[in-house]
Amino acid sequence: MNNQLKVSLPGLELKNPIIPASGCFGFGAEYAKYFDLSCLGSIMIKATTLEPRFGNATPRVAETPSGMLNAIGLQNPGLDVVMSEKLPALEKYDLPIIANVAGSCEEDYVAVCAKIGDAPNVKAIELNISCPNVKHGGIAFGTDPDVAYELTKAVMKVTKVPIYVKLSPNVTNIVPIAQAIDAGGADGLTMINTLLGMRIDLKTRKPILANQTGGLSGPAIKPIAIRLIHQVSQITDLPIIGMGGIYTADDVLEMFMAGASAVAVGTANFTDPYICPKLIEALPQRMEELGIESLEQLRKEVRENRR
Amino acid sequence: MKQEMMTIISQIKIAPKIFELILKGKLVKEMKTPGQFLHIKVPQADLLLRRPISLASIDQKKETCTVIYRVEGVGTESLSLLKKNDFLDVMGPLGNGFDTAFVKPNDRVFIIGGGIGVPPLYQLSKELKQRQAKVVHLLGFAKKEVIFYEEEFRALGETYYSTDDGSYGILGHAGNLLVKARKVGEPSAVYACGSNGLLKMVEQNFSTHPHAYLSLEARMACGMGACYACVCHLQKDETGTKSKKICDEGPVFPTGEVIL
Repeated sequence: MNNQLKVSLPGLELKNPIIPASGCFGFGAEYAKYFDLSCLGSIMIKATTLEPRFGNATPRVAETPSGMLNAIGLQNPGLDVVMSEKLPALEKYDLPIIANVAGSCEEDYVAVCAKIGDAPNVKAIELNISCPNVKHGGIAFGTDPDVAYELTKAVMKVTKVPIYVKLSPNVTNIVPIAQAIDAGGADGLTMINTLLGMRIDLKTRKPILANQTGGLSGPAIKPIAIRLIHQVSQITDLPIIGMGGIYTADDVLEMFMAGASAVAVGTANFTDPYICPKLIEALPQRMEELGIESLEQLRKEVRENRR
Repeated sequence: MKQEMMTIISQIKIAPKIFELILKGKLVKEMKTPGQFLHIKVPQADLLLRRPISLASIDQKKETCTVIYRVEGVGTESLSLLKKNDFLDVMGPLGNGFDTAFVKPNDRVFIIGGGIGVPPLYQLSKELKQRQAKVVHLLGFAKKEVIFYEEEFRALGETYYSTDDGSYGILGHAGNLLVKARKVGEPSAVYACGSNGLLKMVEQNFSTHPHAYLSLEARMACGMGACYACVCHLQKDETGTKSKKICDEGPVFPTGEVIL
């Protein structure tokens, strides 16, 4: 295996830093028809809630310049089916799984976090406190430092695997939220979730999305992600999995230079189902051109040069 | 192979805003079922989502396929500007097409289409003709000038038109054609693609028919079942938590299955 792409994070020894982002890759099965999932660093599986959820009414997606809006609404088959069917189906791949966990109240988050780590291939949890598309829970836990602190503490008590908390960019100041999650004992952060947006259909004069608003993703939000990762990496030592509009190897390296320790790729999977293997393939040459010996070396440099 | 840079053989405007695009490539070998769709990356870098467009015709000998689409926005407009010998990034074929395996010679089969829902029914009709079915086409359009492939459909079987403004065929929608056609004889199979109103009309007429099929359209992102953008509710699901994805579990569903 190529050592220059290896990265090591709490619970996650990744052969490369490329992780399909939650919600953009289902539970892996669909993309497994396109390429061998074992080539990936990890997979962030679709958000899992205690009970099955249908999600929002359709239309659930809309296009925007260099981006898209989505308001899926955390549709998933619920914890039991994820544990009995979805996660076992991924065991045949040489792949640590990051389970994205969502809920509408603290008890839900705690219940899912307590159990999902029992799956042998789940090596970490991504705590989704930043989904902008559900009425209860989701983003409500990620915009108030006190609430974020309490929830982090509560799930840390019950989890068997490291917890990465997913931050929302939909806040006036992300710093106190990140600090609260750090103080709550989280093992890492993932950022950023989508930005709240809206589009209107000129013919109907109404929002395109049935949910009216949706989360903006894609290259349109990349500079915001870079800025926020940079900002948060200055005030915490927690490792950050960076995401927001990654389409190229250059985007991956830019995230690392902002302070990320691995990256997640979301919207790009819809444009090109082979984007993750292509990024893994393209990284070594681009690193050589830029004089980057290894990603671990780059991480170390970025950490030493903070402030 | 599921994705290819296909070569454009021709692109012709066949009606106002409606284009016929013929593509050549190895991907054609995979195209076996009418009703499947291609997921097309339009040639504009800032448009990230592919466009799901149904296959209108497949020619295995020439290794070509045809899609017919209407220009609806900037994406399809940029697609319409492509010329012969240009390349196009195509994923597919995706979805499950129309089931025709049960059709026997001389079966009376209704093909009901509306507007830009008509294209996938052309390849379907060709295959039904090969099975020696007696195909009756019931096609609704907004007005005479947006009708396309009239000669092609007439060559395959009886063809009747309705238009919203009465400028061709009978006045009204395809439901009016259906009433007349049923009086002549009930169908052993029904296939429909068109607006939600048209599909609901067919659903109401044939909700318990053993071989009535509807092809649905939806806004999609991935097109292959991973993102859950294009789901619909099921008729027989009291919990309201179950769903089917139009992209990889459809786009064709039997009547009585999904909520339109």
